Amino acid sequence: MLDKIGIAKRIAQELENGTYVNLGIGIPTLVANLVPEGMNVEFQSENGILGMGPFPTDADVDADLINAGKQTITALPGAVYFDSAASFAMIRGRHVQLTVLGAMEVSQQGDIANWKIPGRLVKGMGGAMDLVASAENIVVAMMHTNKHGESKLLSSCSLPLTGVACVKRIVTNLAVLDVKDGVFHLVERAPGVSVQDIQAATAGDLVVPAEVPEMQI
Amino acid sequence: MALDKTVRDVQAACRGIEDGMTVMLGGFGLCGIPECSIGELARTGVKDLTCISNNAGVDDFGLGLLLKTRQIKKMIASYVGENDEFERQMLSGELDVDLIPQGSLAERCRAGGAGIPAFFTPAGYGTEIAEGKEVREFDGKPHILESALTADFAIVKAWKGDTAGNLIYKATARNFNPAMATAGRITIAEVEELVPVGELDPGQIHTPGIFVQRIFQGAQYERRIEQRTVAPASNESKG
Repeated sequence: MLDKIGIAKRIAQELENGTYVNLGIGIPTLVANLVPEGMNVEFQSENGILGMGPFPTDADVDADLINAGKQTITALPGAVYFDSAASFAMIRGRHVQLTVLGAMEVSQQGDIANWKIPGRLVKGMGGAMDLVASAENIVVAMMHTNKHGESKLLSSCSLPLTGVACVKRIVTNLAVLDVKDGVFHLVERAPGVSVQDIQAATAGDLVVPAEVPEMQI
Repeated sequence: MALDKTVRDVQAACRGIEDGMTVMLGGFGLCGIPECSIGELARTGVKDLTCISNNAGVDDFGLGLLLKTRQIKKMIASYVGENDEFERQMLSGELDVDLIPQGSLAERCRAGGAGIPAFFTPAGYGTEIAEGKEVREFDGKPHILESALTADFAIVKAWKGDTAGNLIYKATARNFNPAMATAGRITIAEVEELVPVGELDPGQIHTPGIFVQRIFQGAQYERRIEQRTVAPASNESKG
């Protein structure tokens, strides 16, 4: 079974050289620190920067330079700042090739729910609805089950949706799964996790091929 | 000759903002918010405001100051997570809240300032945000109709500005400010440094002064940080 860093490491393998990538808050943010050697990708943060760098040293902290999680960051050489309308033109206009984000639920149709739990406080969707409506490739990073042990991979989402038929791939603490033709397809299993474990933790329909390789982390 | 948009101070800049008006405020989190003008609105006690801003500040800074004094009737935002008083007022029904996808919020402001009354976007299709909105397919993909946003006053914060109202923002403090600057019937710009015309490079200006009616240099800026994240000085790759 993977921890959050393990999930981020597996997601880092999804990065393609020469692409622009938007990382959501939480596990996806960890991916920025795990870019494979020799891989050149540029991170977009929707509040208005391309070429986001690591956290600053104490001396370099700048209140005017933050990421979408409102954390202080740095800008790499070649970075550019832009306004919010231009930022979402990049996203909606499909200039950002990969979006990685967290989820509360994903359905086998590729629907995603990650912004609202009825009866509980609603904080808002931020940029998530724009991101999932437009990125060419959407990878979800999440735990396979919620804190009550219930599956987050469902035949249909029970929570209010963030987007429909948009998720292509899911990386969890147990497995890598693809969403295709209205079902989940098991692609890889995490180290030490059996196909049965994954089947037991997946509420939606799951297609299991004859051979399920273990993730190479 | 360049028009002069300067006003003496924040009091003069905020004159005319009255009860019940709609006010747009730039910023993302606490980054790039017009903190001097927000302080002035808190001082005047103007109330029943509809505020359009990506976020709602924190309890004791940004729009949180106006929430604490119940000056906001309705909040139009994309994310409002960092404010306990906001949660309390929202749950008790004292505060009306309209949550909008962040890209749609930015584009609605941009459209409002650009004379585009509405536009189709894929964001939010199939979600509760789409309820009651016209859906149309383009290239086989469904889109929803979103309308433009304008405001009685737009208040933006820039790093530098000149007396003609031309503005330059710093780093990610730009965010919603340029789009909102275009969408106010009166746009107020507060700047950290106000310079005479001719000092800014015309090719480097982000917001042309035509969109700005009033400009002043803020007396002081706290520029508060919401999430201070640092890497150890000895290890640059960490982060």
